[in-house]
Amino acid sequence: MADRAERAAGTGRVRTVRQPSLLRWPLRIAVIVYLVLLVVWPVAIVAVKTFERGVGPVLDALAQPEVVFAFELSAANAFWAVVVNTVFGVGISLLLVRYEFPGRRALSALVDLPLSVSPVVVGLALLLVYSGRTGWFGPTLEHHGLQVIYAQPGMIMATAFVSLPLVIREVVPVLHEIGTEQEQAATSLGASPVQTFLRITLPAIRWALLYGVVLTLARSLGEFGAVNVVSGGVALRTQTATLLVQERYNQFGADNTTAAYAASFVLALLAIVALVVVSSLRPQERDR
Amino acid sequence: MNVPLLDRLHVRGVAVVATAAASSLLLAGCVGGSTTSGDSGSGASGSGSAVIHLVGYSVPKEANGAMEKKFEATPAGQGVTFEEAYGPSGDQSRAVVNGLAADYVSFSLEPDVTRLVKAGLVDPSWSANATKGMVADSVVVIAVRKGNPKNIHGWDDLIKPGIKVITPNPASSGSARWNTLAAYEHTISDGGSDAQAKDYLTQFFTHVESLPGSGRDATNAFLSGDADALISYENEAILARQSGEDFDYVVPDESVLIENPAAVTTKATPKAKDYLDYVLSADGQAQFAAKGFRPVVPGSPTGTVQGANDPANPFPTPKKLVTIADLGGWDAVTSKFFDDKTGIVTQVQQSTGKSK
Amino acid sequence: MTTAVSSALAGPAAAEDDPRPGRRPTGRRRLTTLTRGSGLGLGIAMIWFSLLVLIPLVAIVVQATAGGWTTYVAALTSPQTLAALRLTVGQAVLVTAVDVVMGTAIAWVLVRDSFVGKRVLEVVIDVPFALPTIVAGLVLLSLYGTGSPLGLHWANTSHAVTLAFLFVTLPFVVRTVEPVLMEIEPEVEEAAASLGASRFTVFRMVILPSLAPAITSGAALAFARAISEYGSLVLLSGNLPYRTEVASVRILSFIEGDQLTEAAAVASLLLVVALVVIVGLEIVSRRVARHG
Repeated sequence: MADRAERAAGTGRVRTVRQPSLLRWPLRIAVIVYLVLLVVWPVAIVAVKTFERGVGPVLDALAQPEVVFAFELSAANAFWAVVVNTVFGVGISLLLVRYEFPGRRALSALVDLPLSVSPVVVGLALLLVYSGRTGWFGPTLEHHGLQVIYAQPGMIMATAFVSLPLVIREVVPVLHEIGTEQEQAATSLGASPVQTFLRITLPAIRWALLYGVVLTLARSLGEFGAVNVVSGGVALRTQTATLLVQERYNQFGADNTTAAYAASFVLALLAIVALVVVSSLRPQERDR
Repeated sequence: MNVPLLDRLHVRGVAVVATAAASSLLLAGCVGGSTTSGDSGSGASGSGSAVIHLVGYSVPKEANGAMEKKFEATPAGQGVTFEEAYGPSGDQSRAVVNGLAADYVSFSLEPDVTRLVKAGLVDPSWSANATKGMVADSVVVIAVRKGNPKNIHGWDDLIKPGIKVITPNPASSGSARWNTLAAYEHTISDGGSDAQAKDYLTQFFTHVESLPGSGRDATNAFLSGDADALISYENEAILARQSGEDFDYVVPDESVLIENPAAVTTKATPKAKDYLDYVLSADGQAQFAAKGFRPVVPGSPTGTVQGANDPANPFPTPKKLVTIADLGGWDAVTSKFFDDKTGIVTQVQQSTGKSK
Repeated sequence: MTTAVSSALAGPAAAEDDPRPGRRPTGRRRLTTLTRGSGLGLGIAMIWFSLLVLIPLVAIVVQATAGGWTTYVAALTSPQTLAALRLTVGQAVLVTAVDVVMGTAIAWVLVRDSFVGKRVLEVVIDVPFALPTIVAGLVLLSLYGTGSPLGLHWANTSHAVTLAFLFVTLPFVVRTVEPVLMEIEPEVEEAAASLGASRFTVFRMVILPSLAPAITSGAALAFARAISEYGSLVLLSGNLPYRTEVASVRILSFIEGDQLTEAAAVASLLLVVALVVIVGLEIVSRRVARHG
């Protein structure tokens, strides 16, 4: 018996496609079972394990100075990574979309590179250039008082590296879509480039920008591999929330295990909140 | 475009929540950023508030934690805070050479401090004190499952068919170097030749099912897996049992005396030297003993040590105990066993690795 | 409904020539040559990009070749490194194959099916994309490590590597296939069906060819992601040499052992794969644009 599929969100068209009913249930079950076994059940178990000994130990764990510091450090790194990648991201997007110059295609492809590179490779790359003893620029920088590796600047660079493409990938398609008509109209009416940008371009890309910022934030908070290489993991100094999870998991004692799970729970919660925010924003952006 | 009112409100609501969440996170980032970007470099001294950067190998974290608390209560330790990093001894030593801030370093074996001396970070006179630079001792022991179901009582039992052993990786871990030394030397102590000892070591490595990075990693791998034996420090086995882990350990008849050094770096804050003095005092040594380490200052009382096989007599002396001095000092030992190309352990690891 | 990952996967270059309705540039696009202001802007942006990305990546290549060709080859062919590379690539290929099948199936269910709770699945699929990798390791350990309610003790085995790869690559094929599946004109399928084609033939001859580029790009991204994975394996796999040690872990132990040339050698290999994937995707997206 033919089935009618529902209206597909996004295009607003009624689709009447014949569904092979023989395949419908097995497919549904296979997909649901796969996702439950791979994602839903493990995440649920972690949530349960976090509160195994009750809410008290979890709150105690989260109140430890090392844990508080680790989250503050993660937030600080994420903040600066967002700032850097938003400012330069919008700039690069405008350049890639509105202008023609030699190497534009290559730059556009290279911007995607951080998404496919291993975080350990990122850490190694930064280490080779900025290490205080053997790096290309490191010794000079340290001579002038700026320590990059084993200090926060290195962690911010690592975090910015891995989340670099996210804002750009959101803003570029929107810049393509809106075209240059309004901007040209504004310029012909006498607006300066800054005015045009602030009044015309920025409002047009604001949803895509917010989208990219939330993605960058989520990615930056969760960064582990690259930061592991460049930071040294010193508690109360260069230990982020993700590094703390690894350290505490490897210590004896129920308190340390609870701390590892509690930090993981908070990180997972932040990730899911970011996802929900972003998926609620999406229809708005399309209805624009 | 005509957007229904409800949709617009919904969207506004989501936008407000999103902006609020994002801004609070970013504000926390600002606050966190200003506190962390504040002080850099070791030892911001003055007005009694000092930071000691402690870089250590993986197992003395709890012992140092206890000693730090006691130290902070003493007059010399007023206003001192510690920032610590623990990891495999070799890796931590290399990290300090590469720029990891350190005032007080505590490693598993002397060569890891010598590396810092060669890099100009520790004064060559660091070991010219009563304890020759050491702060704690231990012995190599064999940890087994509760009840010792596989009946492992000594080194030779480890190479019986089907026995799975965990020891850390000699490339990164100090514990691993003590372990492989003890494994090799037990044959010599029993009257065997170098060839026989190397043969034993080869068989030993074929039974190794896992080579974690540090001593602590190895303990965790043993506790969460199904290996039959873990080679580790006596103090690590005691501490794990103190923390509630349920397993037994055997002090074999032949073992090596583990001597763990600690030193203060050349550019360290003066408080680091005070901490080292405290660690070597009777009080500090008692703290070490409570966590399962053998005190290095002769005559230090040990008290009862929870988690030891016999809490009243926690540190029995193995029948045949070899020291590094017996073997000709660390330079000789390092070149004989751990040289990158010709070291005995290196060769054995390569030959057993290929055969897997 | 596209969500977080799909637009992130579309890529900036693809949008230019992308023929799909939602993405066609509605305004007139005019590329201008650089003015002085924008030239300055490009200069500043390039400096930032170089300091952060380009120069460090070049440093890897330089360090890798520091000892000459023989050292490079020796570093890559040492037994432990070869084992790590073999494990990484082998598992990544296996996992990508599973992703292609399951990813298409999931995308199909999301687009063509409807049931209570389908929206929850949408968020579930993106979880691996947003979750910190170290937390992912903890998450997988809870169900597949010691103490597993299913009785599966896969920690410290190569199954753990498969599991970790499957987890982190879950969203990729789904999110590249989903938008394409949504845009497929039902009229062509109905026409084929009315001409007597069986459902399977319709799928094979009408739907699958349109999905092929999307599946390919999703698979390429999944493969690149899998070989780069590190965080989730730290707790889950035990990083046992010759058994569960993957390429990233090998690089890390080289770094910690101060063997930077060997580390850079293996890293350069991973970089080459990443570049191949990106360039390949560029070519695929341009081919799609040409043939519409």
